[in-house]
Amino acid sequence: MPDVSIVPDTVNERLLTTTGDSQLATHAALWLIISVLILPIALAAVYSTQTTNAVYQITNVFPGSALVENYTTVLFEYNFGQYMWNSFVMATVVIVGKLVFSLLAATALVYYDFRFQSLIFYAILFTLLMPLPVRIVPLYQLMADIGWLNSFAGLTSPFIASATAVFLFRQQFRSIPASVVETAKLDGIGPIQFLINVLIPMSKGMIAGVTAIMFISTWNAYLWPLVAIIDRTNQVAQVGLRYIQGTGAEGFVQWNLVMAAGILVLIPPLIVLLVARRYLLSTLGGGE
Amino acid sequence: MARIELESLQKEFGETVAVNDISLSVPDGEFLVLVGPSGCGKSTLLRTISGLESQTSGDISIGDNRVTNVEPKDRGVAMVFQDYALYPHMTARRNMTFGLDSHVSMSDDEIEQAVQDVGETLGIGDLLDRTPDALSGGEKQRVAMGRALLREPDVFLLDEPLSNLDAKLRDQMRAELTQLHERIGTTTIYVTHDQTEAMTLGDRVAVMNDGEIEQVESPQVLYDEPASRFVAEFIGSPQMNFLPVDVEGRSRPTVTTLQRHLTSPFPTPNETSLPATDNAVLGVRPEDLYLAQETEDDSFAGPVEMTVTLHETLGDSVVLHGTVANERIRIRTSQRPNVTAGDTIRVVVDPTRLHLFDSDGDTLAHAAEKMVQTV
Repeated sequence: MPDVSIVPDTVNERLLTTTGDSQLATHAALWLIISVLILPIALAAVYSTQTTNAVYQITNVFPGSALVENYTTVLFEYNFGQYMWNSFVMATVVIVGKLVFSLLAATALVYYDFRFQSLIFYAILFTLLMPLPVRIVPLYQLMADIGWLNSFAGLTSPFIASATAVFLFRQQFRSIPASVVETAKLDGIGPIQFLINVLIPMSKGMIAGVTAIMFISTWNAYLWPLVAIIDRTNQVAQVGLRYIQGTGAEGFVQWNLVMAAGILVLIPPLIVLLVARRYLLSTLGGGE
Repeated sequence: MARIELESLQKEFGETVAVNDISLSVPDGEFLVLVGPSGCGKSTLLRTISGLESQTSGDISIGDNRVTNVEPKDRGVAMVFQDYALYPHMTARRNMTFGLDSHVSMSDDEIEQAVQDVGETLGIGDLLDRTPDALSGGEKQRVAMGRALLREPDVFLLDEPLSNLDAKLRDQMRAELTQLHERIGTTTIYVTHDQTEAMTLGDRVAVMNDGEIEQVESPQVLYDEPASRFVAEFIGSPQMNFLPVDVEGRSRPTVTTLQRHLTSPFPTPNETSLPATDNAVLGVRPEDLYLAQETEDDSFAGPVEMTVTLHETLGDSVVLHGTVANERIRIRTSQRPNVTAGDTIRVVVDPTRLHLFDSDGDTLAHAAEKMVQTV
């Protein structure tokens, strides 16, 4: 596998070799953009250390004394640890399901030669035009009819088919020479064996990248868990965040707790991004 | 060990006929080369024999088995591809053994030994633990060959295996392939577009054009007695000259060409007459035309005067392009005449090396090797 880390290096070199004013301007622009991106998160981090009263003093942007208290309150009193665990289990199951289904689908599209192959592929792509909000009502009806509402199966199953993943894997597999597939066929290597022994090892980077993207999008799911899960103990972190916001007594929101939960909920995707960043570059950069 | 029989094999892709009614018999142990220009159907024919493509109609037998509708893995074939088709994440050793179990039943130790033997045979014994990205093109192709050898197939199918290699390596691999075939003797079908490979490797060569086999013969016969103008054009470099001709078809036929500048006897076996035709084409290879000064053989026809337009040096010989009476001709001579464009040279032709084609491109006659002397 080629070392993709050379990409940032060349960017750095280009920045370092540009001289004088243009270098200064570039750096200034970068700092400005980074500041805009970081400011909300930095503020959230600061607020999560303050007491509720301190948060409402709008000029107070210094770290407060309630860090440990806020986070323990959120995690244990408001059950946010449970919500995060639920999110994690949901994301894991969805990712495994997505990987299994999309790898199998992409393998079928590449290994076999069958009628209406491209029609089927485009039908899969067509589902991209139907995001969840568009089909949420019939989906809800379907889940109600089969009795999966308020269940883990109902929560995860709609996410498991992924046109994006099928598309990315199919493109990746198609970049493997046809003669490699044919060699396998001549050796009587079936599609599953070919997938496990050839396609997956040859596509590790793509799989890691797709996994990261899918983890983050599943982790951030809000709308479907909101309608599909009624029982609070089974709810996921993004909706749990909303619960905390809604529990504010005396008509004011405990923003310090919301911010603490917000920071907590950012951590898993951040870890995934850090781990998978070199694969993401190749996944999103159009192949390895 | 197996012969291959193709009976009326047909392969169509929609409207396109890639393989058109081909019947061919390849005896056990033969090295047959399929040669032809791009798109002539040679690769499709090979792939149909392997089972990677299914035929539209017709039958394929390998050995005593009719394999027409048999899965590729059960046909007893091993294939080598132009792009080597190695698994990039596996070592050379693993590349050779992966998928082996559907072909041969051996214990792990036996496989290990067989891989080592094949590796030694192909001169890659030291490279077996490398992955393909650490191998050169020639080494990769050896691994691919080794993979095929290890399967102990009844038939080798090679699809332009040397085309990705540089010229020097190609020459070397060609010689090695011949030696390898002599040693193991497995029936082999080899696809190439390169006539040098075809001529040097093949016991027999099948020249394909437009989905059909124009001629299957040993390389020498192909060169001496091409069955059609297409074969005559395809085999031989530089290309054969084709000239409009008048044929006097009585006993002891003669041909007159180059705007009546050249008349030559056209020796036929036993002086049989030639079919009367007024739109035949005379074929004469550049190497069968000589400078008048280089031969004293008075059986040669000519001379004619040729105006040189281009001089190509090949080192061991020279190709001169020129015109005679507005007809373009090429001659190849091992002499190194000191001529340049614009010069005039005198050219003679060996009458025993002439060919006649009709206007459809079919061969009418080849000149007999020796003129029969009548008493």
